[in-house]
Amino acid sequence: MNVTKNVNGSLDFWNSPPKSTSALKAISTFMWRAAQNTKNNLAGYVMEAVLSPVITLLIFSFLFGGAIAGSTHEYIQFLLPGILILTVVPLTVYSGTSLCLDITKGVFNRFRTMPFWQPAAILGPLITDGIRYTIALLSALATGLLLGFRPEGGVLGTVLAILFIIFFAFSVSWIFSTIGVLAKRPETVSGTSMMLIYPFLFASNILVDSATMPKWIQIIVDLNPISMVTVTVRGLISGAATISEISAGIAICVLFIIIFAPITVYLYLSKNNKA
Amino acid sequence: MNKGELHALLGPNGAGKTTIIHMLSTLLKPDEGTAFIGGMDVVKNAKDVRKRISLTGQFAALDEGLSGLQNLMLIAKLHGYSNKQARLIAHELIQSFDLLDAKNRMVVNYSGGMRRRLDIAASIVRQPDLIFLDEPTTGLDPQSRIQVWEVIRMLLKMNTTVLLTTQYLEEADQLADRITVIDKGAIIAEGTPNQLKTSIGKKTLSIRTRHCEYKRIRGILARQHALNVFQDEDPLVFRIPVTQSRLANDVIHTLLKNDISIEGFTLDEPSLDEVFLALTDATYGEAKK
Repeated sequence: MNVTKNVNGSLDFWNSPPKSTSALKAISTFMWRAAQNTKNNLAGYVMEAVLSPVITLLIFSFLFGGAIAGSTHEYIQFLLPGILILTVVPLTVYSGTSLCLDITKGVFNRFRTMPFWQPAAILGPLITDGIRYTIALLSALATGLLLGFRPEGGVLGTVLAILFIIFFAFSVSWIFSTIGVLAKRPETVSGTSMMLIYPFLFASNILVDSATMPKWIQIIVDLNPISMVTVTVRGLISGAATISEISAGIAICVLFIIIFAPITVYLYLSKNNKA
Repeated sequence: MNKGELHALLGPNGAGKTTIIHMLSTLLKPDEGTAFIGGMDVVKNAKDVRKRISLTGQFAALDEGLSGLQNLMLIAKLHGYSNKQARLIAHELIQSFDLLDAKNRMVVNYSGGMRRRLDIAASIVRQPDLIFLDEPTTGLDPQSRIQVWEVIRMLLKMNTTVLLTTQYLEEADQLADRITVIDKGAIIAEGTPNQLKTSIGKKTLSIRTRHCEYKRIRGILARQHALNVFQDEDPLVFRIPVTQSRLANDVIHTLLKNDISIEGFTLDEPSLDEVFLALTDATYGEAKK
């Protein structure tokens, strides 16, 4: 058997190597990679991004609607903005799992020994994930509209709300990226992250108005960043957001990015994979 | 290391082979000491060093969720090639490494040997001055191993310098211009394969006879060739350390002439175990029997 039958001494393309890779090219390549990965696993992707938001919304609106607001129809008006967040936040965990997968499977070692702008390996997939978030949000929103949700803020309010949630998801994904770099196995990332997420999601004002809660719980729930962001989204989508609500929401996103983006990049660059 | 040569780092598990590779390939900062590649410090000029090296690690550095072709395109694009060029390069490499039939299959479905070949292909998307191959054949079946060897010989034909680590003496022997033997992080021997083998000494000729004639064989060989004969656990098998293959030939002739019926024989290179015993333990010969 002759494996290398077509090679004689040199490869044509070696004679004209590109000078170097720009940071932009590196980022777009990693975006391309994430997109190809998605394309290769389309069925799982559709389940996650399209079907699961629909199911979540149906379960919560029909299960709790009667008890909390008297009817599904009335509840959906309160529930939908929060459900958008409830839909997207668990999806951000993938940023950490895929980063950890790269590190543990050894692709990381090749990337680390190549001369491109290294943070691109983290940033690229996070940007592509934005597409996933958008699809999930649109899927949840469409289901909401079918169930009778009416955004009082109109198209503009809705678009702003969606954009804000995507920005929030991007900022949260840095937290899980940090966990992804630290974890020894991808399974640990999803386990730990879900443990972290669910208390925050449920001890919030997504499902129930915090005004109905005992005082001390109300304080905790209102301080939960998820609640603050939900307030911002409700404000935007109903067209009644105050400046302070909007700036509180944006401040949380910026805070997450300022803290966790540098930590992730630093840990990634100083990580060494001892086999 | 000299340009265009293959230098093998030989050592058992935990000897420090991978650590050396990781330090040289900028993945790991050395605690002390300096190393230079093409005159550049691997710590201070890490970025320049990265432009000239390529690492094929112990575990295939591939994205399992992508096809073989997509993996090579990814690397080509990261080197700065346009999409169109990247596709051409990926195709050419896929063909050269005999993976054409599997080019659109996801790597998760590749066999160990196919992964290795794809991994090495990914390492030469851009011509590296120096390529690190960290145990490229560990865990492969014999056929895949030979294919990987062929790929490595091709790299050498292309005038690439290769630093290879291996646990197998045979592999170093087949491929290397020079070998460094390390154990517990220290160099214990260095030289060309032949220098090393003669310093380690002996091959072992194992002979299986029809009848148990240990004493007679011992007598004949001691008289005619001044050789020692050791009996195996199996009373019909005898082991004779010889310095050259020719001597093994003579031994068999002598035995046949003396009407000893030989059922079979093998001539074995010293195993890595023996190499280490020989290098670390001067009383190796006596210790063996």
